[in-house]
Amino acid sequence: MLNALEPFITVDGVGKNYGAVQALQSVDLKILAGQALGIVGHNGAGKSTLISILAGTQMPSGGELTFAQSGISLPGYKVDQAQAHGIRCVFQELSLCPNLTVAENARILHPAIRGVGWKARARRLISDKLDEVFPGHGINPDDEVGDLSIAKRQMVEIARAFTKVDSPIHLIILDEPTSSLDAIIAQQLLTHLRGFVDQGGACILISHLLEEILQSSDRIVVMRDGGVVDDRAARDFDRGTLVEAMGSVAKEKDEARKAAKARQQESEALVSIRPAQQSDGRRLQAFSGEIVGLAGLSGHGQTDALIDVYQQKRRDTQGPAKTVPMALVPGDRQVDGVFPLWSIGMNIVIGSMRQLTRGGLINPQAEARLCEDWREKIAIRTPDMNNNILSLSGGNQQKALFARALASDAEIILMDDPMRGVDIGTKQEVYEMIREEAGLGRTFLWYTTEMDELEHCDHIYVFRNGAIVADLAGDEVTEQRVLHASFEDGAEGGKPEAKGPEAKEPEAKEGTAS
Amino acid sequence: MTFVPSARLLRSLLPAFSLTVILIAIFYLQPRAMSYFGLNLLLNLALPIAFATLAQMCVIAVNDLDLGIGAFVGFVACVGATWLNESPVLGVAVLALCILAYAALGALIHLRNLPSIVVTLGMSFFWLGLALLVLPTPGGKAPEWVRAVMTFKAPGMPTTIYASAMVAILVHFALMRSAYGAVVRGVGGNPRSVERAGWSILKAKMSMYALAGFFGVLSGISLIGLTTSADANIALRYTLLSIAGVILGGGEFVGGRISPVGAVLGAMTLTLAASFLSFLRISPDWQIGAQGAILIIVLALRVLINRAGKK
Amino acid sequence: MTAALSKHFKIISGKPWIWAFAGAFLVWGATILYTGGTGAGQILSAALSFATFSVIVGIGQMYVITLGPGNVDLSIPATMTFAGAVSMKIMETQDAMILPGLVIALLCGLAVGLFNYGLIHALRIPPIIATLSSSFLVQSSAIAYGRGLKIKPPELLAEFTTARIAGFPLLAICVILLAAIMSVVLHRTVFGRSVLAIGQNPRAAALAGVKVDFIRLATYLQSAVLAALCGYLLAGFSGGASLNMGAEYLLASIAVVVIGGTSVAGGFANLPGLWGAALFMFLLVTMLNTFGLSAGIRLLLTGVIIVGVITLAGGRRD
Repeated sequence: MLNALEPFITVDGVGKNYGAVQALQSVDLKILAGQALGIVGHNGAGKSTLISILAGTQMPSGGELTFAQSGISLPGYKVDQAQAHGIRCVFQELSLCPNLTVAENARILHPAIRGVGWKARARRLISDKLDEVFPGHGINPDDEVGDLSIAKRQMVEIARAFTKVDSPIHLIILDEPTSSLDAIIAQQLLTHLRGFVDQGGACILISHLLEEILQSSDRIVVMRDGGVVDDRAARDFDRGTLVEAMGSVAKEKDEARKAAKARQQESEALVSIRPAQQSDGRRLQAFSGEIVGLAGLSGHGQTDALIDVYQQKRRDTQGPAKTVPMALVPGDRQVDGVFPLWSIGMNIVIGSMRQLTRGGLINPQAEARLCEDWREKIAIRTPDMNNNILSLSGGNQQKALFARALASDAEIILMDDPMRGVDIGTKQEVYEMIREEAGLGRTFLWYTTEMDELEHCDHIYVFRNGAIVADLAGDEVTEQRVLHASFEDGAEGGKPEAKGPEAKEPEAKEGTAS
Repeated sequence: MTFVPSARLLRSLLPAFSLTVILIAIFYLQPRAMSYFGLNLLLNLALPIAFATLAQMCVIAVNDLDLGIGAFVGFVACVGATWLNESPVLGVAVLALCILAYAALGALIHLRNLPSIVVTLGMSFFWLGLALLVLPTPGGKAPEWVRAVMTFKAPGMPTTIYASAMVAILVHFALMRSAYGAVVRGVGGNPRSVERAGWSILKAKMSMYALAGFFGVLSGISLIGLTTSADANIALRYTLLSIAGVILGGGEFVGGRISPVGAVLGAMTLTLAASFLSFLRISPDWQIGAQGAILIIVLALRVLINRAGKK
Repeated sequence: MTAALSKHFKIISGKPWIWAFAGAFLVWGATILYTGGTGAGQILSAALSFATFSVIVGIGQMYVITLGPGNVDLSIPATMTFAGAVSMKIMETQDAMILPGLVIALLCGLAVGLFNYGLIHALRIPPIIATLSSSFLVQSSAIAYGRGLKIKPPELLAEFTTARIAGFPLLAICVILLAAIMSVVLHRTVFGRSVLAIGQNPRAAALAGVKVDFIRLATYLQSAVLAALCGYLLAGFSGGASLNMGAEYLLASIAVVVIGGTSVAGGFANLPGLWGAALFMFLLVTMLNTFGLSAGIRLLLTGVIIVGVITLAGGRRD
């Protein structure tokens, strides 16, 4: 083991850009042995990029990583190197094979478990670690992972990373490890982590639960916009100062927010749904002509809520009976949006095929006219709308997806964080367009992970753990309030210990293992 | 506390259950089948089908499908009844080459990211063509030793039962209990995470295809041991039978969930289904139809079990 | 210069069916060279006649394959046999029954298609397994129903399916027309565009408002109905339904799609390629026959060509 509080890794000016987007800009950081390092930051602050680089799954665009034991190790630093240096990582997305047993999954991660009696060894190793970290876990090493609840899978994933086979573990990176664990099990993990750190291990903990970070880390790094903005001992922070540090102090916004439309409570809401995990009576509502923002940390149920609206689910009895035409602007262009074999024009027209059909056939002239109209209206930069959609830059592809939604007869436009990774010029053009269309009576439901975009909204719902935790209108919308609501209960007067047990999968399999 | 069987357990018992049901039905209809001779007759062709099913299972384990296995088994049978008999060295060399060809097929499908259905369907014509070149008209003669092995009369129970049990257990240990078996099945379950842990997917796929080729060879050789002569078209229906066998045996098409023991039981069930129908005096016209119906019923039962398991 | 070159390249790469026609032409040329020019016309005429049937089932299979990876209809041969057997028995060689026979045949196809999609949907199994299981049942039904008797088709139907206009098969003209119509359907209707969209990205298609389930149902129905139509016509053409009449059309339907330049990864399809590939496949066999090569070599080459084409064309996108 290394000496306590000596640097295990020194990160020197490490940056990462994806095309024009700078995800991480020149980060300097020392990761010390025998210290728990907490990292906090809002969406897009660069936390995930930083740990991917440390884990060797992504190559930095520049900078150096220096290891105490072996000197500089860049470039050519990859997963196997990270493993050789004793770095283990538990990512947010689970990486177990669902068709294998718990013990077999341990074997996949640790090639050293082999030969005669490997299964017994794998069983023993993973069971011992599970017993050590999560006493009373109730997981049998012969259980198939696919049969386990999400929480138990998370426990297996964590225990698997902590399992020592032949080389020592120096650094454990945990990205939102407690997101699907209940309070008691989360506490078990944090206690174990403390023990690991006290014995000289290093650890990085990322969590959106500020209490957890404050309680379990020795030092806290605050990230914003791809850089480190604060780096101090944990005892120097409290909730308030953390939230403050995460917010953008630089931008002194003049409070000349456009006068938000007052809600016409007497009229009927166009959209009114109760999110899946909502336990109180709050509903996501939108009235005609409104721009409604869905805020909060990414992955906390906003997209699901949009899809529910789109598929007309969970309407219960409220909301108008008639179905209103809707269109969705996807956020992840490659996965949810673009048809890669088609031209720009065909990618736009697919949203309005029915209006362009005459006598069963899509009218080519009308099709071309619609494309040209929108090329001008939304300024898609291309010589020819018949060019392949992939010939456009990311921002212009996104514009084409906007055009698809706006060109349709949809009265409600759902936007799934569509401006991610789009340049600022395009953004301004699209904001303008949205306001214009809202003025013409269209309704927008806008999930966004960017604080700035919230100022275009008339009404904002902040999501956490799949439920609405704050409901802000007009002047109430401030960055501080959104941050407070996103990170923890308290600011909006909720229960302090509620980590959203309703978000957990029911452990239906409990009785069957015996 | 009452014991509530899990959906997984129920599903793993399904193959044995189907086999038992069909055996009981046969014994009920035809009590004379409950004898050494009767069972031997009923299960005569089970072994080659079981091998073909295991071959298919290896391919399904890595999320592919082999539509050429029947033609391949036919080709092996033709080689077995000609070259293997006349000049054993050449015969063995050709069969070894076949296994290598299967490994290469796996590499091609993985590297070029090709749909296995189309490639293996094309290969089925390749194998059929080769088989016709080796043996243009039905005939040939199985090597004596193959015949001797396949017609060996074991004490107590028909040899097929011993052999099937042995093969099932061997393959079970190779794929379900070995350290590398876990990796190979992991490739079917979550290739990305297996790759991230530093394993080669190409190697895993090639191993499974080679294993499929190996079982295909065993299927063809054991088949001619029973029929004594060969024919290029002899095993074409094995393609469909083998897929049905894997599914009856509890295997899934994607996700690396396979069961060697189940696959062997599934193959036996399918073999018995044919006899069962003839005992029922249902015209042989409905034989393949009944196989389809059994397949659909088993799949439907699975959906029901899964639904019940979710509640 | 390079611009001109790349433009040429674009024209060819945008029309992958050119290769199928080029192949067909080459093979035809080689055959005629061998025979010294005799029979050039007959060979072409025969090729058109036989290619017609591959094209009919190919159209259905092409739409299905275009839906994306995992989509393929393996029940085409069984459906052909079933529809052929049932319609021949219903018509009992009477000319007056030609239309009712056709309707019955198409209804058979509709029933199989509904059953196929029902299995896919209800059992949540891959289309390959669903169409495979149902093909077992359909094939058995055809065997049980059509056993023992080979009923001749009504005379008028036989005449229609074998008629030639100036050496040009009448049926081929009809199917060229059908292919043209289906090409327009593919590119200029909501249905066709939806199929193409689903094949490229089913999730994006659903989010763009495409009714994915309905379109998939319609595609599987269409494939089964076209297979039934093909069975009906083929029975008329070859003097009655036989129990293995569909057998060779399993590979043929997939091969003409793949060789014709349709993407097996889904989302890109073209109709002309079906004709090119179907002619190529028939002419290839004719050539090998003319050269006096055995059936073994023929099959072997067919396999090599299919595997070769698919390897060159590449597979799924990542």
